Amino acid sequence: MIDFSLTEKDQQLLDQVRAEALVCRKYARYYDENEGEFIPDVFPEADDFPSVYAHLAGRTENDTSMPVISMLLSAGQTWGDYSVRLRRAKGGLGNAALRASGTPEQYEKWKGLTLAMAITEPGCGSDPSKVQTTAALDGNEWVINGEKIFVTTGCKAEGVVVWATTDRSAGRAGIKSFLIEKGTPGFVVARKEKKLGIRADDTAAYVFKDCRIPRANLLGGDESISKQSSGGFKGVLKTFNMTRPAVAAGGLGMAQAALDFTRDQLREAGIAIEYGGRVHGQSAAVAKFLELEALVEAAELTILRAAWLSGESKSNNLEASVCKAKTGTVVRQVTQGCIDLLGPMGVSREHLLEKWFRDVRITDIYEGTGEIQRMITARELLGYTRAELS
Amino acid sequence: MISFQPTEEQELARDALHEFAEQAIRPIARECDETSQVPESFLEATWQLGLVSTAIPEAHGGGGEARSPVTNAIVAEELAWGDAALAVAALAPAAFANAVLDQGTAAQRQELLPLFCGERFHAASLAWIEPGPVFEPLLPRTLAEPKGHGFVISGAKSFVPFGDRASHFLVVCRNNGGHDAFIVPRDAAGLTISETEKHLGLRALPTATLDLERVELPAAARLGGEAGCDVRRLLNHSRAALAAVMTGLSRAVIEYAIPYAKDREAFDQAIAQKQGIAFKLAEMHIETEAMRWLTWKAASQLEQSRDALRSSHHARAYAADQCMWVADEGVQVLGGHGFIREHPVEMWYRNARTLGVLEGTLAL
Repeated sequence: MIDFSLTEKDQQLLDQVRAEALVCRKYARYYDENEGEFIPDVFPEADDFPSVYAHLAGRTENDTSMPVISMLLSAGQTWGDYSVRLRRAKGGLGNAALRASGTPEQYEKWKGLTLAMAITEPGCGSDPSKVQTTAALDGNEWVINGEKIFVTTGCKAEGVVVWATTDRSAGRAGIKSFLIEKGTPGFVVARKEKKLGIRADDTAAYVFKDCRIPRANLLGGDESISKQSSGGFKGVLKTFNMTRPAVAAGGLGMAQAALDFTRDQLREAGIAIEYGGRVHGQSAAVAKFLELEALVEAAELTILRAAWLSGESKSNNLEASVCKAKTGTVVRQVTQGCIDLLGPMGVSREHLLEKWFRDVRITDIYEGTGEIQRMITARELLGYTRAELS
Repeated sequence: MISFQPTEEQELARDALHEFAEQAIRPIARECDETSQVPESFLEATWQLGLVSTAIPEAHGGGGEARSPVTNAIVAEELAWGDAALAVAALAPAAFANAVLDQGTAAQRQELLPLFCGERFHAASLAWIEPGPVFEPLLPRTLAEPKGHGFVISGAKSFVPFGDRASHFLVVCRNNGGHDAFIVPRDAAGLTISETEKHLGLRALPTATLDLERVELPAAARLGGEAGCDVRRLLNHSRAALAAVMTGLSRAVIEYAIPYAKDREAFDQAIAQKQGIAFKLAEMHIETEAMRWLTWKAASQLEQSRDALRSSHHARAYAADQCMWVADEGVQVLGGHGFIREHPVEMWYRNARTLGVLEGTLAL
């Protein structure tokens, strides 16, 4: 049955997340202004809140499906703050790649480590088939050379899954993923990146110089070399397919925070939001607010749609891109618009609105830019291959 | 529990209505627009679908199924995919009947609902929109004043579907500071019905202006009797219905623009292979999806008798903006051909602009 209501259990869960998010919000400004500090793994208030995962137990098929509720949970968390969590979950993007592309032995060996994922290079972003980092086989070792940037959790991770090419002339097929543990000679964390927003997040740049790793660190094992299309490539794209809605949901939570803040401030100033639809005599501020609110609703529903499909084990490649493209645009419009509505107050660092405006900007860039998402959407709609539309 | 899963019945209704739209609407849409006519045979064919009678209780001669705004939204999208003017024509009587079903007294239901359960198409409609530049659905200028045991109504209504033939109109008025809706029979003294209006779009839909010059009505003509009715609720149903129609129109535009763009070549390449066009088509699809989910959310809240004020407002307002944008870009993708009446996109462009300002003609 088509339904957009939350069950009691859903609602309790989201209330819990929001309550926790409010506590996190207290730390938001500090870690934004002190970019060099790392967020602790556990905050003292963590004891006051049982883990969200505890609440997830006991859900039945009458409750909203896991993928859908997870999107609302993500949005609920980032509604508090993008980076601060009362307790930090272990694991990174690389762990998902290990799960998707590693052999069972590899998975067992490294599953306990927090693994980052290093794909982007100074000269290659949206088109990862142009990876320049090389991997050359020398006896029983791979020798890795190259530079990686924008590595999420890169400073704190205990290891990293790195994309490198074994044969530059082979393009995508030559790209494999390798697991490299921190402390391996030739693997240097060059710097922690300084960013517009999500400053508390740990984003690193790596340099690999004649970095030697065992032959067994090729994800998927030696047989992945002979494969026509790389296990690493396909495996990771599959990972991205699942994470596009999640990334969109993270952005959505911040846009909702901005909208809620703006609504409260307008109300205090005596400007109430009405849905009567009066066009004549309605203030421009109310009209604008209503437009922004509708955008957030629209984005949220595209995310829930993509997540719902995955919960039904239905293909959602198109919808994952639709929601990422839509939300990426919406969060920019909404946070920019909220500042417009509140004027100079909106840019004051006494409030979090200016931070949401900065933090949210990444949503339309990482996990595939808005343009890439439109490309995927268009290819799916038009039935075009990469060669026909790029 | 959040779910996008239509029921099996809803899937069947969607498929059946899509087939109907393909076979009975698409082939006649252009001619209906050019001649500003809706064929009797079309109205009779829609009547056989049971769009109005299905949700009327068996006691009044109907199908006795629960009224489902969600199903109605799905149905409206399919019909409007065929043609928006003909969709509004097919659904206009349901707006009247559903309002009576939803908010009428037992006597009103008893008297009026059987009209919609016969073999032949029966017209009755909402009379809500008013002439002039400052129409506000919740601030009607048409006035009801008490007189004796009844009311006197004065004002004017425009864009009233089937003004040429409707047996009854549901006239939304201001009454004692609040709102009310009155059931006005066609032959009421003081009611003058204009010739069929001429509009930019939805040309096939016959609409008229009603002049109400001190129309005297008994107390029993007030929808809901002494308790009156919830006009806001009626407005929510109306907004969600329009959003569904605009979703269907938008989908029609995209489905037409895609094969055109893949076929049309410029500079040795299909124009669809150029990002300038491909991204436009992607955006058109994205916005149509968003429209549909906003519509479904509003319809589902209406179905569950939740407060749908916000969701139906957003659904209509968003769909009005985006449907206009999609239709606009549809014309652009076809270039000069989009401007020629050989293709339907110019009609969709006119219809989109018209639908965007039509609160108060339909209801889910």
